[in-house]
Parts: sequence; structure tokens; C-alpha cells
Amino acid sequence: MPSRAVRMRLLPETPQLTLDEHLSTYGPPPFADTACDTAGAAPLIVAVEQSGLAGRGGAGFPAGRKMRAVAEAGRRGGPFRSQVGTVVVANGAESEPASGKDRLLLRRAPHLVLDGIVLAAEAVGATRAYLCVHDEAAPLRDAVTSRERAGLNRVPVQVVDVPGGYVASQETALVGLLNGTGPLPAFIPPRPSERGVRRHPTLVQNVETLANIALIARHGPEWFREAGTPSAPGTALVTVSGAVARPGVYEAELGTTIETLLDWAGGFAEPPQAVLAGGYFGGWLPLPAARRVHLTDQALRAAGAALGPGVLIVLPESSCPLAETARVTGYLASQSAGQCGPCRNGLPALADALGQVAFGRAADDLLRWTHQLLGLVSGRGACHLPDGTAGLVGSALTTFADDLRYHATRGPCGRAARLPVLPLPAPAAPPAPPAPPARPDPRSRPEALA
Amino acid sequence: MSRAEDGRRPRPRVLRVNPVACQGHGMCIELLPELIAADPWGYPLITPGPVPDRLLPLAQRAVNSCPTLALLLTSPQ
Repeated sequence: MPSRAVRMRLLPETPQLTLDEHLSTYGPPPFADTACDTAGAAPLIVAVEQSGLAGRGGAGFPAGRKMRAVAEAGRRGGPFRSQVGTVVVANGAESEPASGKDRLLLRRAPHLVLDGIVLAAEAVGATRAYLCVHDEAAPLRDAVTSRERAGLNRVPVQVVDVPGGYVASQETALVGLLNGTGPLPAFIPPRPSERGVRRHPTLVQNVETLANIALIARHGPEWFREAGTPSAPGTALVTVSGAVARPGVYEAELGTTIETLLDWAGGFAEPPQAVLAGGYFGGWLPLPAARRVHLTDQALRAAGAALGPGVLIVLPESSCPLAETARVTGYLASQSAGQCGPCRNGLPALADALGQVAFGRAADDLLRWTHQLLGLVSGRGACHLPDGTAGLVGSALTTFADDLRYHATRGPCGRAARLPVLPLPAPAAPPAPPAPPARPDPRSRPEALA
Repeated sequence: MSRAEDGRRPRPRVLRVNPVACQGHGMCIELLPELIAADPWGYPLITPGPVPDRLLPLAQRAVNSCPTLALLLTSPQ
């Protein structure tokens, strides 16, 4: 059993860059002895199911169930219900502007992720795997090469550059990118687990999920459950930013209180007013009540937010929460791929309405229209961009009802002009829906690293 | 919810829009106002829940009339 402190499972203290250092720390990845399992699921799928690991990309779908679905689809996905090779897609594109955990994980423990990719690929019967990242692909390609030399990549792994854009790293958008139809979210059905990359059943998992799978393969589900709570086992990488003294990525057991994480991040750098939990598809939690909330999706949802990809942003007292939310809403509206009418029309309208609320005058009919728009966009896109945006705006309108009253009676508050706290990427070229991206996205992203 | 009692169609049917395919032609809104309304931009808003049995033929007609095949009559997920 490892003697590492439980909260440093995924992030080694020292950067692990070489394969030798990785192997001496974790040992070789335990490949299954039998390449092909019989009728039942591969042992690793059963172990991941028993571990209770939930996907760490934001949606929190049970990882084992997804693996089982792909493996089963592979057994009857070929012509005349014959067996067909499946595909594994590791999602490390991390388009959430306030998240830095996948990037940090890929830099500190690239081989743990690559172990997870190959082990998962073996378990679901994959014949090829892709690691999708937004930048820093070159060191990962080197890592893949060194593994090929050592004979550790039993399944070919290809590192793929994903263009920028909030929705480009959505599960079906990655499949579209790999299929050559562009990084655009697609209508479900078919689910990628049924028909994904080149119509093969495809397992799309976040890189943090795959790193956890690599550890479960080594130490077993019971070990995995030693951290976290019974219903939310394991650890999570959490990116803490905003008005804290030491912004960065922290690995915490699920169930840790937000207060503990804020303490690790050095406490408040200036007087705080609220926490945005779960990223831009999450929700606002007022302080100090937010400090007692536990870091599980269930607890955060009960409080009006979400775990999402593990993002906490502390908003200082000196910021106008409505102005901050309005700016993010404008960004999210700009990220619509423009495929779905309600999103293409509704998100700019929502951004405009909230902009008027924050920077203009929040008249009653404007507020009514804003609330109406929330209902008009929710659940009406191929991806969750409209739902997530509506959730964020709705959460701001509820949490900051006092600010809303102030803006309604007196117009924009003085805090609206403060330097923005919620990070936004530099405006990229507007996403042209049908044209495939010709050049890499030049937008810069904040270095939110410990 | 009411079901067909004869057991020949035990599963309820729901209307779904493929939002990527939908171009807002509005045929379904014209043909099935009982269940489909227009949003401010002319895209269909579906009344949630199973399609009542008496409206099933009309729902099927609306599905068949969609120029982009974006309207679906499916079993609930």
C-alpha cells in the first residue's frame, strides 16, 4: 500500500516527466494477462465500477458504467452484430477558462494519464486511442514515443491538438474533430459510446478520470475508496482562483469543505463576498455560508452550485457580481457554435439582457425578459452550453438579489468598473460554424498552477 | 399518465427536436399547435411529456412534414 498522503494521489510533489521516474514511483501498469476477456466484462471495468469513480470532466457520469457500455457496444458493433474494435479518447483539452487542473496533471504525471489510457483501452477492447489537448502537445508526443520504445503502449496512442473554443472539448465535439467533421457538438443519439470515432463505439474520458483508473488498476477499488466519502469516493483536482493568496490547483479528498480548500490556497487576499463553484456551468455560493459546504457534487448541487471540473473562484467584495456574471455570459454567448437556433439567438439575447442589468438600468420588464430567456434556452441545444449559461445567470439572479435591487433602483454600482476577476480568454476569432479551423487558436489562458 | 390499455403500444411516445438539424421552418408549429409553439425566434417549443393518443396521427404528420427531418417521435429516454 502506498505511503503517500491521501491527498497527493494524482499530483506528485516532484514533477514526474520521464518514464523511468514514473515507473520507479508507481511501478509498471498492470496489464491484463488475457488480452481478450470471455463473455463478462474485463476485471478492470468491474474494479472501476466497484470503486465508484465518477467522471472528472464536469458531468460526473460513473466511469465504470461508461466503460461497460463501450465494451458491450464493441462486442456487437460490427457487421451482423460481430465484434468491432472500440476507440478511447482522453479529453485533456480543458476549455473551462478558470480550470488549470488537466494541464497541470498532464505536465506533472503524463505517464499516469497514459497508463490510464492504455489500461482503459485494453479493458474496453480498443484498437486505438487519442489524447486530445489544447496546447503543450509536444512533450506529450515525446512521452508517447518513450512508452512505445519501452513497449508500454499496447494500443497505439495519438496526441491530437484541439482548437480553442468552449464547446470544442465537449464529448461529441471531440468525436467530430477526430472524424474530420469539425469540433462541433452533435445531437444525441447516437451516443459516442454506441457510435463515435469512425462509427466505432468510443469511450471519452477526462484525463483525470483516466489517471484515477491507472491507480485503481494498481491498487484496487478498496484503496480508491479510502479517500473521499462513501457516495463520492476518491480525490479531485480543484483549481482555486480569485481573491485567494495562493491560487492554484489542489488535490483534495471529495467531501473536504470549501473552507479547507480556501485555507490551502492561503486564505482570502481581500474581503470576499461569494464563491463560484463548478466553473462557468456552476453556480454562485454566498460567503460565509459557502465555507461549510462539502466538496461533492451532491452537496454543491444542494447548495445551488455544482462540482463541475473542480473550479472554485472567490469573488472579492469589491467586485460587482452582476457585472462579472454579465461578462462571462457574453463570453459564453460568443462561444456558441451557432448550430442550434435557440442557442444562437438566445445566448446573445441573454448576454445583452444581463449586460443591461449590470451596466444599465434593471427595469422590471428587463428582469422579466431575462428570466423568460433562461427558460427559452435551457435544454434546447445539442450540448449543454445554453443550459450551463442559463444556470449561471439564474444562480446570479438568485444569489445577488440585493445587488439586483440596487441596480434596479440606482443603475450600475461603482464596483461594476473594477478590473474583472473571473478569467476570460482573449477574444478569439469568432467561431465560424461550418469551416474547419485552419490555424491554432491564439488565445492565451491563465496559468493557474500551484 | 394515460396509456393505451390494449397493450399494443405499451410505451408512450414523446416529440423531440434535433436542434442542430432544425432550421426553424415552422412546419411543425403550423401543423401541431396543440403541442408545439414558436419561440421568439421561430424555433419550436415542445410541450413536455408524452404525446396524447388522440394527437399521435397529427404528431406523425408533423414529423413527416419537417423539411430537415429535425422533428422526432421517439420513446422517452
